[in-house]
Amino acid sequence: MLKKNLLAAASMAMGMTLSTAAFAETQITWWHAMGGALGDTVNQIATDFNASQSEYKITPVFKGTYEEALTAGIAAFRAGEQPNVLQVFDAGAATVIGAKGATVPVQDLLADNGIDFDINDYIAGVRYFYADANGKMIGMPFNSSTPIMYYNVEALEKAGVTPPKTWEEFETVTAPALKEAGYIPLAQSHLPWIFTENFFSRHNLPFATNDNGYGDGETKILVNSPEIKSHFTAVKKWKDEGLFEWFGAGWNDNQKPFEEGKVAIWLGSSGSFGGLQKTATMPFSATMLPYWEAVTKEPKQTFIGGAALFAMAGKSAEENKATAEFFRYMSSPEVQLMWHKQTGYVPITEAAYELAKTEGYYEEKPAAEVGIQQLSLPAGDNTKGYRMGFYVQIRDVMNREYGRILTGETTVEEAFATIEKEANDLLARFNKTQG
Amino acid sequence: MKRAGFNHFGLPVMLLLPQLIIIGVFFYWPAAYALRSSFFLEDPFGFGSTFVGVDNYTDLFGSAQYLKVAGFTLGFTFLVTFLSLSIALLLAVKADKVIRGTRVYRTLLMWVYAVAPPVAGFLGVMVFYQGNGPMTEFLAMLGYEFRLGVNYYDTAAAMVVVATWNHIPVNFIFLLSGLQSIPQSVKEAALIDNRSGMRRFWDITFPLLAPTAFFLLIINITYALFDTFGMIDALVKGEPGNNPMTMVYKVYVDGFRGNDLGGSSAQSVILMVLVLVLTVFQFRVMDRRIHYT
Repeated sequence: MLKKNLLAAASMAMGMTLSTAAFAETQITWWHAMGGALGDTVNQIATDFNASQSEYKITPVFKGTYEEALTAGIAAFRAGEQPNVLQVFDAGAATVIGAKGATVPVQDLLADNGIDFDINDYIAGVRYFYADANGKMIGMPFNSSTPIMYYNVEALEKAGVTPPKTWEEFETVTAPALKEAGYIPLAQSHLPWIFTENFFSRHNLPFATNDNGYGDGETKILVNSPEIKSHFTAVKKWKDEGLFEWFGAGWNDNQKPFEEGKVAIWLGSSGSFGGLQKTATMPFSATMLPYWEAVTKEPKQTFIGGAALFAMAGKSAEENKATAEFFRYMSSPEVQLMWHKQTGYVPITEAAYELAKTEGYYEEKPAAEVGIQQLSLPAGDNTKGYRMGFYVQIRDVMNREYGRILTGETTVEEAFATIEKEANDLLARFNKTQG
Repeated sequence: MKRAGFNHFGLPVMLLLPQLIIIGVFFYWPAAYALRSSFFLEDPFGFGSTFVGVDNYTDLFGSAQYLKVAGFTLGFTFLVTFLSLSIALLLAVKADKVIRGTRVYRTLLMWVYAVAPPVAGFLGVMVFYQGNGPMTEFLAMLGYEFRLGVNYYDTAAAMVVVATWNHIPVNFIFLLSGLQSIPQSVKEAALIDNRSGMRRFWDITFPLLAPTAFFLLIINITYALFDTFGMIDALVKGEPGNNPMTMVYKVYVDGFRGNDLGGSSAQSVILMVLVLVLTVFQFRVMDRRIHYT
């Protein structure tokens, strides 16, 4: 009995010292959706931040997929238990930015805590994607990627072709030669992201009314456009002729045949670079996404994909200060360079990009620079991003209809009419949720 | 006859209270909340909401996609229930006759029950994998290109096969014990009357199995409607695309992935009504048509 009491007293005392130790530093939490090797790098950043100073301590928590992390963050916010930092992906941006009062705009957060902020420090392609209509940055871009074209070097050599610059070149020169050489010429991993959103950006076409959805009021999607319909007509034709293959809506199902050397050209994320280096069985390289010369002679930059970090509202000033300090640390050139090299995601600031260049990283690995080069191409009126509510569901509608086009269950014309109608219904519904 | 009962009103209420609280907190309160949400369109963070009356319901019934999902759910439920019950019945009848090594046979047949639906889904993905799944290769030998995740009907077929396979053991256990509870004397009397095993089965054994079979019918329907969620999620890899899905999975897709609280609440309410109808049907039939001995 006495022994038990002693033990209890000892553990209580220990608990007290621990809690006083913890009291000295401000604790913040960070919910993210980075699994596997990416998660290890996230943990590394957090550990390094905690070791770099003694005032703040950040704890990263893995919350599953992007969708799950967002839903968990929302549920926690409603219960008043939100984390300080929440990672939200591109398609969820409208939901979280639309809910004014759910987050503290990162630009305000940094300014309030005396940290210099200049949006022009960030590379062109990432500046406004998570910003409001006035150009104020709301979410801090974190893992930024963009779709690029990877190719199997051996396959292209064997077929005697170079990576296509335009879809016209792909259709008439590259693809037939690759097919002749025994490869499936082309695959891609995300039809809504690569062949839709970034199709509009690359060709500088408006994707939605109301300034691509950035403005206030009702937004209508402009997906039912002749340019994209002729693109999908071509894609379906390529599939029928054996110049393109589609392995379903899952990302990895389409990436795997490329890693195995069956597919010669694969459109994926610049963030896939880190993983591909480990899994690809053949030498590969990358270049920019092709464009249709018939649509534009001056292709523009693409949208960023990936996710941003949002500072959740309803936290104490000390905790917000800690969050601001963490953002400062995370966006520093050294941390960005480490993140860029380990994962393949693009560095978000010009300074980090310069650092990578001076270090000679791209001479060693030229493919790692493609994403950032593409994001730094000239901007157009329609390239800063898009903002549409219920966009996760709109993507689901696209995935469904594109699948039906490619399996011959519907026509391009009908599919785009359906997408337009269902997407506009969803947008109208979303508008009501904001009322 | 003297009625046994409580003297005070308070005691039974006290005894029931824990149960009532649990049901209230974990069932009635969320159900009422879902019912309320289904009449609103609400910002996920809870900042704004608009009362829209029955719009969420009319939107659903006006949506070709939702009706397609409902149609698939019905077909899927029917096929899974029918196949898993009839295969289990066949196995149970055969296992009932085995005399040597009974336990080994039965254990082997029950084993699959230990496989959780999501795991069953992953096994399905492996077996039907596009590149080199054994079933895919087998079907390719027969000249059929099976493409899980690409072709709507191929994915649907894989879902039915996996769901059926996963649920045969439960049916098997119940049907076997049902068969064994049929009195030997009845079987012997039937044997004197008729030599045809088939006739004896349909005239004597099957009606005596009816209570068990009816109970299993309800269990199977609810299984196919609700418990197959994890299996479907594994088979479509969280990206349904153009693949089929059940109504429960659509609640998840719209509510948890899409953050459309109003729309998915309306879908949940429709499912609640469905379960209510099923329950009423179950009790009425049990009262009137099924005779327990």
